[in-house]
Amino acid sequence: MSDTQVIPAAMEAVARPARRSEWRSAYLGTPGNALVTLVCGALILLLAKAAFGWLFLNAVFDGGSDACKQSSGACWPFLTDKLRYMLFGFYPFEEQWRPLVALVLFLGACGVSMVPRVWGRGLLIAWAVVILPGLYVLMAGGILGLTAVPTSKWGGLPLSFMLSFVGLAFALPLGIGLALARASHLPAIRVLGIGFIELVRGVPLISILFMAAVMLPLFMPDGVTIDKLLRAQVAIILFAAAYIAEIVRGGLQDVPSGQFEAGRALGLHYWQVMFKIILPQALKKVIPALVSLFIAFFQDTTLVTIIGLLDFLDTVRTALRDPDWQGIAVLEGYVFAAAVYFLFSALMGVYSRFLERHFNTSYR
Amino acid sequence: MLFLNDARFRAVFYQFLAISLVLLAASAMYATASANLAKQDIATGFDFLSRQAGIAISESSIAYGPTDTVARAILVGLINTIKVSLLAALFGTFIGVLVGIGRMSTNPLLSRLMLAYVELLRNVPLLLYLFLWYFLIILVFPPVRQAIQLFPGFFLSNSGLAMPAVEWQSGFGLTFAALAFGVVAALVVRAVSQRRRIQSGKANAGWIFALVLLVLPVLAVWASGAISLSWSAPEAGRFRLTGGLQIRPEFVALLIGLMLNLSASVAEIVRAGIQAVSKGQWEAAQALGLPRSRTLRLVVLPQALRVIIPPLTNTYLTVFKNSSLAIAIGYPDLVMVSNTIMNQTGQAMETIAIFMGIYLGLSVAISLFMNWYNARVALKAR
Repeated sequence: MSDTQVIPAAMEAVARPARRSEWRSAYLGTPGNALVTLVCGALILLLAKAAFGWLFLNAVFDGGSDACKQSSGACWPFLTDKLRYMLFGFYPFEEQWRPLVALVLFLGACGVSMVPRVWGRGLLIAWAVVILPGLYVLMAGGILGLTAVPTSKWGGLPLSFMLSFVGLAFALPLGIGLALARASHLPAIRVLGIGFIELVRGVPLISILFMAAVMLPLFMPDGVTIDKLLRAQVAIILFAAAYIAEIVRGGLQDVPSGQFEAGRALGLHYWQVMFKIILPQALKKVIPALVSLFIAFFQDTTLVTIIGLLDFLDTVRTALRDPDWQGIAVLEGYVFAAAVYFLFSALMGVYSRFLERHFNTSYR
Repeated sequence: MLFLNDARFRAVFYQFLAISLVLLAASAMYATASANLAKQDIATGFDFLSRQAGIAISESSIAYGPTDTVARAILVGLINTIKVSLLAALFGTFIGVLVGIGRMSTNPLLSRLMLAYVELLRNVPLLLYLFLWYFLIILVFPPVRQAIQLFPGFFLSNSGLAMPAVEWQSGFGLTFAALAFGVVAALVVRAVSQRRRIQSGKANAGWIFALVLLVLPVLAVWASGAISLSWSAPEAGRFRLTGGLQIRPEFVALLIGLMLNLSASVAEIVRAGIQAVSKGQWEAAQALGLPRSRTLRLVVLPQALRVIIPPLTNTYLTVFKNSSLAIAIGYPDLVMVSNTIMNQTGQAMETIAIFMGIYLGLSVAISLFMNWYNARVALKAR
């Protein structure tokens, strides 16, 4: 990157005419390349035309389900009609400003927290003491004059964000602990760490969700019941922790062992060496990988629909089965859901690449 | 706290503490679970495996009926899981390598198109795609009564593709054994002839021997007349087609979903692998006069393979585990069959333990195989 900055102005003047011929050789160069350009260009045009036709030209913009039945294009009235349900699920209709505010606050807080300059202990405390409890109170209610809304009524996009974000927030310390256990020199601790990590990584997420949904109640003493949402959340935390542990292990291995030895030679205790010397270096290296993992988990939370939780994908699918719209706007619903997932995942992907450049930890 | 100042004692103490905590938690969970099960009057143990399953499975590669045992039903599910994962891994790798190479193309249109392909697949949940593919298959094809007849005996409808099939009356095992023998013999001959070629520097006709050895045992078995086959063609009934080979839409939707999902990951891995090969290799091959395609095939890809294999292992493990999403669209894989059994017998703990154990065992097997392959292609220090 720094190379481009030292090119003298005179050389740029020489380089410019060459660029046009470069352009031509990139697209046309050899006959084979020209064919590739032609085929790809035709494909792109065809796709663009089909998408434009479906989204706008043949689309229905107002009217009800009858108008949509006649048309071959997208059915926009479906989206406007069912948008609130798809976003918030069965959350009481008059109270839906609460999940909306919670969502906006959450995304705003995430946006601010994404700037590396504001990272620090203060931010962590703000999240733990103010933001997360605040969001919970807003969603659950019961105090401050807010009506109580049980978690069984929660659904839609806020639920998807909650499952993935809270899941990862709790899984991170657990995963770091597991990674340290796996790197420990005490054999029993190491075996326990390896056992847990490999067990969880060897089975599909759906089996752990099943375990949480079906088996966990069996392990509870009489009279103790755990909320269904909380059970799924615990399953996601345990699952995420094993994957985080493997990523953190990679970071730990990258820290030269001399760092550990130097710390011990200075008389620091194991935990002091870990928290003040090793982990800060190791975690800094794996932050981009952790963001990539977060993208994967954000998408994996869709699996909770299989055990009957109303996440965003589930509310969209329920909206499709609404008697008014049944079988009319299925494609519209899925495309809308896909667009929402794509938007957030792609944004996080951009952020991950930004972090990679920021820390310059790219391995390429 | 004098003991705790002794590092050796502390090590033993912490390990003892950790193990006893785990054991304590496990025994407490075991006690409450068995008390709860006794109270709900649910049987424990693995006796239910030999009992009659009583469930119908829509797709099965081995003979199966509702009167067969639970164990056999689980086996049917496992075979379905393996079948769809293997096919998805095979096709997905093929597409992924092509897309990954396309991503590296000097043509900006092609490389951007491939980038869009990868991004579209990676940023949308697999489960959503599965629902979408399944819906599209059902939408595009007509109901069974108006099935499209592609060729005589080939019917395409929204309950899948039905086509004529050969059914083995006898001799399947014999043919399989002959084929396996032929493959092993051919591989041995190939290895020997390759070594000779490298030693002598001359081409030899080893591949002809290998080919003959590959085909001969199967032909011999067939000629001996130990095999009898019968022909089964699909017939149009009132509501469905019976007989023949049926490829169901659930299977196709799952296969497409897994395959495309895998291909995006493979494409990224291949791209990273190719980029990891130093530029000097390209330039040296170019200086020797190799065209770009042969440089890629003969110089760059073999070296990139070393970088590619470890992450590829993870991708195959992922596709194997992701095949469990089958339950969402109703393809009878291991998890779906187990789930049905769980609901019928109520023996959740045993059933979950069985299918988790199977996944774990096969995951370990896949890792071991890929590690072995990785050791083979790894750079050998001579």
